[in-house]
Amino acid sequence: MGFEKFLFYIFAAITVFAAGMVVTRRNPVHSVLYLVLAFVSSAALWILIEAEFLGIVLVLVYVGAVMVLFLFVVMMLDIDIASIRAQFIRNLPLGLFVAGVMVLNMLLILGPSNFGLEQFAKPDPRPAGYSNTAELGLDLYTTYLYQFEIAAVILLVAIIAAIRLTLRRRPETKYQDPSQQVRVRKGPSRVRLISMPPERTPRPVPVAPAPAATNDNKETAE
Amino acid sequence: MMELWSALPTPVQSVIAITAIILPLLAAVAWYTYAERKVIGYIQVRIGPNRVGWRGLLQPIADALKLLMKEIVLPTKASTGLFLLAPMIAIAPALAAWAVIPFDAGLVLADINAGLLYVLALTSLGVYGVIIAGWASNSKYAFLGAMRAAAQIVAYEIAMGFALVGVLVAAGSLNLSAIVEAQSGSVLTWFWLPLLPLFGVYYISGVAETNRAPFDVAEGESEIVAGFHVDYSGMAFAIFFLAEYANMILIAMLTALLFFGGWLSPFQGLPVLEETFAWVPGIIWLLLKTFFFMFVFLWLRATFPRYRYDQIMRLGWKVFIPITIAWILVVALAVILEVPPWWSAPA
Repeated sequence: MGFEKFLFYIFAAITVFAAGMVVTRRNPVHSVLYLVLAFVSSAALWILIEAEFLGIVLVLVYVGAVMVLFLFVVMMLDIDIASIRAQFIRNLPLGLFVAGVMVLNMLLILGPSNFGLEQFAKPDPRPAGYSNTAELGLDLYTTYLYQFEIAAVILLVAIIAAIRLTLRRRPETKYQDPSQQVRVRKGPSRVRLISMPPERTPRPVPVAPAPAATNDNKETAE
Repeated sequence: MMELWSALPTPVQSVIAITAIILPLLAAVAWYTYAERKVIGYIQVRIGPNRVGWRGLLQPIADALKLLMKEIVLPTKASTGLFLLAPMIAIAPALAAWAVIPFDAGLVLADINAGLLYVLALTSLGVYGVIIAGWASNSKYAFLGAMRAAAQIVAYEIAMGFALVGVLVAAGSLNLSAIVEAQSGSVLTWFWLPLLPLFGVYYISGVAETNRAPFDVAEGESEIVAGFHVDYSGMAFAIFFLAEYANMILIAMLTALLFFGGWLSPFQGLPVLEETFAWVPGIIWLLLKTFFFMFVFLWLRATFPRYRYDQIMRLGWKVFIPITIAWILVVALAVILEVPPWWSAPA
């Protein structure tokens, strides 16, 4: 138990530190990388409470896919840090007010009366062969089937909406049609062989050089 | 011997087991680079390295020594911390993924339930090494390489993940040992046959994930010099190299495990041959299958020209993902209908 507790404090400290760095770094790429660190260490925290499926999926989906795209976008952005800093003082009172309200909300809800240790009995550790992946799957596809399906439909709608919003028809852009390219076969569609009878041409007359013209060119070049 | 082993404290056991995996792996990486040069040499009617040691067998040692003695150049305008961190981020997941690979029945470092997910999660982390290297170098070529790698790896990871969904539907487990056991019977009950499209998609996506030819646009030496590692030298460069080859060996071994019966003997179920070859330990079969897929990596590199970038994207998004989704449905139906010989109810 002692070692697990030690690990918990290590990972919790890393998570809090990384989360702090996300909002304080000036460079957005550094912020994103600290966010990745926060995700990885929270995945470690989840694995510590035997939620290994969720922990691994957090790494797989958020770190492995979502944050890669995030990093991709942030690296391409040209962010003018000076203009952001210029408005910092002006927006500070509003920011402090919002942060204060949020902290108050969290203090009211997250206090020990609602989330204290006595509210939640310590769950018994599961036997070694227990697979919470299977349990999660059973729950998702039986008890919570409708919620699951609705979430899936909402995501689908979001995907279609995002694609529709960003899809612009640009007739001036040239692009290739892969199906046409693939369909090309040897033969008449690609190469046309024409047999021509040899023609008798009159002997070419040697062309006399035109010295006057070259001289003119030289002069203009000089 | 076993008593001595079990008398050791668990951390010591783990360290010994990890060393027993990592050291042969690093040796395999070293001589894989030699094999690559030799194989491609012979395919192109050359001899390849043949000066250091017998038939050039010590060439990897000479290369490693050379790289160790070279200076690690730090570009002035580079983001130094991230520049040095990138190779480590590249190598760590490439080595950590080996923790759950079973080499024989019961011969595995960590026999976890979600083994397949773990491997998928760690192979998806490898891209950070490439992206961070490209960005931290503060060079146009490196950055272009990083951008290409990010888009390509995200595209192919989805196809790869879906191919693995097919495997786990077929095997009914995420545990790699259980997946191998589910294939036992004969060569025809291995998953390559019922999951043939998924096998193709998985292996090709694996080649794309590891940024190998013909999908090596992230390096593209003819257009962006060497891509993301153009500014790296010496051991920092060698570590990227190590990570790439460790990932290739990992993909080859996973292909053998997931689709070609892992350590199962190919003569299983055949009357005379099965007894004749019963003495061969399972790890030999696994390694032979792995070597074959490692060879295919080199064969592909020597055979195909590099894909054009838009064609890579089209192949990943518009060809592979639909194929995998369709085949997952086919496999799921086959499992429900208990199609023999793969999913017939146990008699």
